Amino acid sequence: MSELDLVVIGAGPAGAAAALEAHRRGLRCLLVDEAPAAGGQVWRAPPEGFVRRKADADAKAGDRLRAELGASSIATAFGHRVWLITESFRIEAVGSEGPVTWRAPAIIAATGVSERVIPFPGWTEPGVIGLAGATVLLKAQQVLPGERALVAGCGPLLPAVVASVLKAGGRVAAAVDLAERREWLSALPAMLTRPDLLARGLGWLIRLRRAGVPVYFRHAIRQVESAEEHLEVAIAPVDATGRFVTEVCERVFEVDWVAVGHGLVPGTEITRLLGAEHRYHAERGGWVAVLDETGRTSVPGLLVAGDGGGIRGAAAAVEQGRLAGLATALDQGRLDRDGFEREAKPIRRRLRRAERFGQASARLMAVRAGQVLSIPEETIVCRCEDVTRAEITAAIGAGAAEVNQLKGWTRCGMGPCQGRMCGEAAASLLAVASGSRDAAGIWTGRAPLRPVALDDLLGDYSYGDIPLPKAAPL
Amino acid sequence: MTDVPDARRVDAAVVGAGLMGTTVALFLARGGMRVALIDRDGICRSASGVNAGTLTLHMTRAALIPYAMRGFEMWTSAGAWLGHDLGVVSTEGLCLAFTEDEAALLEARTHARRAAGAPIDLVSPTRAREIEPGLGRDVRLAACCPVDGHASAYLTGLAYRRALAAAGVRLLEHHPVTAIEPEAGGFRVRGHDLDLRATRLILAGGVWLEPMLRWLGIALAIKVLVNQLAVTERLPPVMRTVVTIATGLLSLKQFANGTVLVGGGWQGKGDREHGTGTLIPENLLGNLRLAAFAIPALRAGRLVRAWLGLEAETADAMPAIGPMPGIPGAFVIGSVHSGYTSGPYMGRLLADQILGRPPEQPLFPIDRLLAPARQPATKVHAR
Repeated sequence: MSELDLVVIGAGPAGAAAALEAHRRGLRCLLVDEAPAAGGQVWRAPPEGFVRRKADADAKAGDRLRAELGASSIATAFGHRVWLITESFRIEAVGSEGPVTWRAPAIIAATGVSERVIPFPGWTEPGVIGLAGATVLLKAQQVLPGERALVAGCGPLLPAVVASVLKAGGRVAAAVDLAERREWLSALPAMLTRPDLLARGLGWLIRLRRAGVPVYFRHAIRQVESAEEHLEVAIAPVDATGRFVTEVCERVFEVDWVAVGHGLVPGTEITRLLGAEHRYHAERGGWVAVLDETGRTSVPGLLVAGDGGGIRGAAAAVEQGRLAGLATALDQGRLDRDGFEREAKPIRRRLRRAERFGQASARLMAVRAGQVLSIPEETIVCRCEDVTRAEITAAIGAGAAEVNQLKGWTRCGMGPCQGRMCGEAAASLLAVASGSRDAAGIWTGRAPLRPVALDDLLGDYSYGDIPLPKAAPL
Repeated sequence: MTDVPDARRVDAAVVGAGLMGTTVALFLARGGMRVALIDRDGICRSASGVNAGTLTLHMTRAALIPYAMRGFEMWTSAGAWLGHDLGVVSTEGLCLAFTEDEAALLEARTHARRAAGAPIDLVSPTRAREIEPGLGRDVRLAACCPVDGHASAYLTGLAYRRALAAAGVRLLEHHPVTAIEPEAGGFRVRGHDLDLRATRLILAGGVWLEPMLRWLGIALAIKVLVNQLAVTERLPPVMRTVVTIATGLLSLKQFANGTVLVGGGWQGKGDREHGTGTLIPENLLGNLRLAAFAIPALRAGRLVRAWLGLEAETADAMPAIGPMPGIPGAFVIGSVHSGYTSGPYMGRLLADQILGRPPEQPLFPIDRLLAPARQPATKVHAR
């Protein structure tokens, strides 16, 4: 058991920045990630021994970060999955060498997001993957899942995936966007704060235009069906809330694979498990821990940095990470108040700027209330446990008034994804009945933070090693 | 949806919508009373909704065996009396001993439970493995009981909620009671959005019985056990029975959906003030190691969820069921060891007593647990 001042969980842009900042102030800091190298999702490292054809801006940022971490004396534990954290803080993880335990008075949770996919008939078919998942395949691993794609959903990941598919030599049958052209235009002023990213966006559009990819605004996938050698995707127009406006399927495309995503959801597993206070903020991606300006939660010593505390994008995440690292140094007496303020000032300025951009993207990715109303009753919402919308409707009718009761009565969210796939759809359906997402509530935090293999946990032991308590009374 | 509360009078107010309170409310309503069932959370959301779902005699205190056996009958015949199936799976229960000491304990305990009427037989390790092919190599002795099985605790509330509605019970979920005052002709039950007058009062608050009883000036110590539970992902069949060990520190079963639930009362950290608390990693690991020692195929699975459930225990670890001394019209029910198995029956017994029918088996009045000086001096008006 190793003594530390700080454990940073998640080595993406936020976590790595936090760890480097804290390390610079003399804190004994450990940076942990379940991936084999730093970078998170957006700056993900290529697999070992993998030669990249050409590095884009994110790949270069990731390489810089990994070089900086490599050059510093900061302690890291990659390939480690944190599965349990108990009070004041004891952190349990499993790695290749088996279970490990760390103790630290402070934790910075920088665990990023998971992807929201609002179900439609056929969303569980093989060949249908998330926009974020497609990004990992295309960018970090340069894998094109199929020849001809249909890309659908909302937010900046949509044009990004289209562009990546084209760049990788694939074809895109259609780009299907929940948003209207106008919504993108209204995001422009905020996008202007980041000329680099705006230029990248324009680059995507040019590529898209050149390839002649048809773009369907205010449309969504009505269903995907598996045919012999391909997928048949039907799309139809929707209204501003994401609800279908006609009963007919307007167009059908034959493709090899589909990338679809409806925004990103902050990963709150750690803050929920440790009982921090949370609030629902649709424009931040959903339920998030209540944070002060530096990322401190209501639990002393527990901070959050990056998109896990509300969607603001990678640029903001870096600055949030720095602030959280500095705040921990301040809290542990490695920095005085004046020093903190001096350091924090330029970070705050950059953060405000980055946040404007992130906010605009987050708005484009916010959950649309009408979308869940379009889920047919027989469609599976929870794919781990095969729970249909009809079963959720029935449980709500039987009196399930909040998500935890709904979970018990339907098993929705009880499978190995632990609710990360179905949680948004289930809670949104419940919110229709109970009035709001606030009223529908938040899933109680449970260990393990991610499923953990018992074989890794248990190790070798004999019966005598088991610390049996005294017998129950007869 | 939940009824809108008002100040109307009911014949009985039951505070606590766990298994005990819910059963009492149901039978009182069927006996002709107007009943309100009140809980600060949803129905069966605390111990009754998160326990291991074991229905067993192996873990039942010998003196409670006759109650647990009647309780088991109620679980398996729920379709008939509740009107809804409780999803019970009947199978053999195996209680194991891995060491010489445990074998001695198993013999003594099996003997005592048999004497109380439980149909438990000691069996050889070979026979045990015929009954449960999933067992590990190191079993020294086993006891087998044909009266055993399990239910899914998280579905209990759903079935009961439907039955309560059919019986006309007014269910007030998400209504915390903050005060109860005895008054002429009964009790006034108050809370946020709640002001109810009841001729009779039944407190069924699980581990929260202690603070509830304090409303009425009764000081009854209720110890809080913080039981850890864990469940795996869906696995291919690894076992078919319910498995426990002689000390009672394991409960293990695989549900029809393939998930395996591991319990046994290994303690976490927590208290009744904060609801639950935190897992103790060593205890979770110990419990899981014990489980994998009994059923080695478990090692191939992944742990998907672990949590805590609060269990109530009186000073003598026997139930608190009966009238509140000195307060006519007030009753208490709770702290039943292995309460999930016996719960429906215990609830029916108390309902019978309240309805003026002689209970089939004796109740467990709390007078024995109260210091004479501590008994309430408050003068209460009888109804």
